[in-house]
Amino acid sequence: AAVKGALRFQVSAALKEGRVSPTELCQRCLSLIKSTKFLNAYITVVEEIALKQAEESEKRYRRGMPLGALDGIPIAVKDNFNTAGIETTCASNMLKGYISPYNATVVQKLLDQGAVLLGKTNLDEFAMGSGSTDGVFGPVRNPWSYSRQYKEKSVKKSHSEDEESNWVITGGSSGGSAAAVSSFTCFAALGSDTGGSTRNPAAHCGVVGLKPTYGLISRHGLIPLVNSMDVPGILTRCVDDAAVMLGSLAGHDPKDSTTIQDNFKPFELPSLTDVSKLSIGIPKEYHAPGLSSEILALWSKAADLFKNAGAKVIEVSLPHTRYSIVCYHVLCTAEVASNMARFDGLEYGHRSDMNKSTESMYAATRREGFNDVVRGRILSGNYFLLKQNYENYFVKAQKVRRLIADDFVKVFRSGVDILLTPTTLSDAVPYTEFIKEDNRTRSTQDDILTQAANMAGLPAINVPTALSERGLPLGLQFIGRAFQEKQLLTVAKWFEKQVKFPMIQLEEVKRHNCGVFQHQKSASFS
Amino acid sequence: QTVTVEMLDHLEHLALVDFRDSEGVERLQKAIQFADQLHEVNTDGVEPMDSVLEDRCLYLREDDVTEGNCMKELLKNAREKVEEYFVAPPGNIPLPKLEERDTFLQGF
Repeated sequence: AAVKGALRFQVSAALKEGRVSPTELCQRCLSLIKSTKFLNAYITVVEEIALKQAEESEKRYRRGMPLGALDGIPIAVKDNFNTAGIETTCASNMLKGYISPYNATVVQKLLDQGAVLLGKTNLDEFAMGSGSTDGVFGPVRNPWSYSRQYKEKSVKKSHSEDEESNWVITGGSSGGSAAAVSSFTCFAALGSDTGGSTRNPAAHCGVVGLKPTYGLISRHGLIPLVNSMDVPGILTRCVDDAAVMLGSLAGHDPKDSTTIQDNFKPFELPSLTDVSKLSIGIPKEYHAPGLSSEILALWSKAADLFKNAGAKVIEVSLPHTRYSIVCYHVLCTAEVASNMARFDGLEYGHRSDMNKSTESMYAATRREGFNDVVRGRILSGNYFLLKQNYENYFVKAQKVRRLIADDFVKVFRSGVDILLTPTTLSDAVPYTEFIKEDNRTRSTQDDILTQAANMAGLPAINVPTALSERGLPLGLQFIGRAFQEKQLLTVAKWFEKQVKFPMIQLEEVKRHNCGVFQHQKSASFS
Repeated sequence: QTVTVEMLDHLEHLALVDFRDSEGVERLQKAIQFADQLHEVNTDGVEPMDSVLEDRCLYLREDDVTEGNCMKELLKNAREKVEEYFVAPPGNIPLPKLEERDTFLQGF
């Protein structure tokens, strides 16, 4: 049954009924951000702006005229989205001090709905990485490192110093956004997803991470990494919230010609009770080398869950899966080489003092501004784009891309509705272990389960499923047909309901408890 | 096959970023090795894919001026400017040759 204006975060009900005010909500979040500063999830916190927005929202609620589902909801935005009047750094020296002159379309849409922007979240420099460890502001810490669940499972050595060295990564590159949502400092956050950058940290931080279909949400104002694969990502604590966010963000944008022109209708997710008409595909190639036995077992359990509920669960094959990382490696570095060319110090961003010539100024600016990872990708990309290499590498990768995309087309055409796969190879690793391998090696390993969806432009979502033996979140991924987010999210919501993922038990959150947070049974807000 | 110094120098010129140290060079070598795996795939008769939206028509909007006149905002972020100009150091001066540059590749 259609419910009037029912699309809302559960907290919206509390706001509407006056049980909590937007300013209270905002203040609590700001306060929690301060006490969870050690997570390093935020690069910039815009306290004054946020409180002002919250005040405006409060006035609207008092008049009984909220702007929409997101009015008064505190949100955070990854620091590679332009936000007018607010510094946007991409966690790079190249953009330190850069104050965006405009809002990214997705940011504007959220603000137009009355959302309260708390700040910009930390990431890997220019979104290159799978750990949120390679930005100039330092690594992001996974809130679960400080959870009772994790602490209980870690072998107690001698003293608190171990807590310092034991902390685990958030995954990346949208780690700051994932940590922010996971630690309750905001109700939803924007990330970006090019190879898994929203889903990977979502899995490690125990939150919902949605990668929409390429072309559904505007990229205008999202500082690009790979134009043909980038999408804005949505991070929330439950699937329903993700649907609300999607409803506010999706749709054609004249400022982004890669957004489709089809009319997008925001939808409310039905509470599925009968899954017997569903066909779930299990791609065998996603049983990738290095997949932990825990996750394998969880994946199997999930498949059984669907089977026992009456759905058709079949094994399928996406034969070119193992080439998606190599393919991505070439296409990504090539597009990066092109996209990073705009950073020359002239119009914005860092500028070197070197003044001898334009070229030497550009070169010096770029030496000073970019970290190893970024420079490495630019150089590799330029190599693959050389005239003598263009056909053999770039065009070859484009051909392989088609094969990867076609694999999905064939499977969906054969009657499969949704694919069920793991999101990551294991639970989050300790930072000290993660940095033993370099960025490219890590990305290669970590993106393997998420990358192909970007290659094919398909929607995919991470749903937190269970805790690992170490007390850390494990997530599973659903991949859907292009532009069929409603079906994807409906199935994800059903699954979420079945698994009842536990709420993180964080000391800091407990201390900031108020009526509004207190009655949370699920990870969401109900 | 390893990459020659000439090639590395050429790439530094094109990219206007530096390899910085042997690790940087090693990174490229590994990247090329990694990418070579692509040649295992048979792509005979396969067309390159530019965009997943290739079956759709690209949006063309009406040729109406809807925004602009934001010179002040745009100049705000530039470090060196004079009136409405971005100021660049003298152009048309090529980067010094390998032998004359202060680059890691010198000792390579």
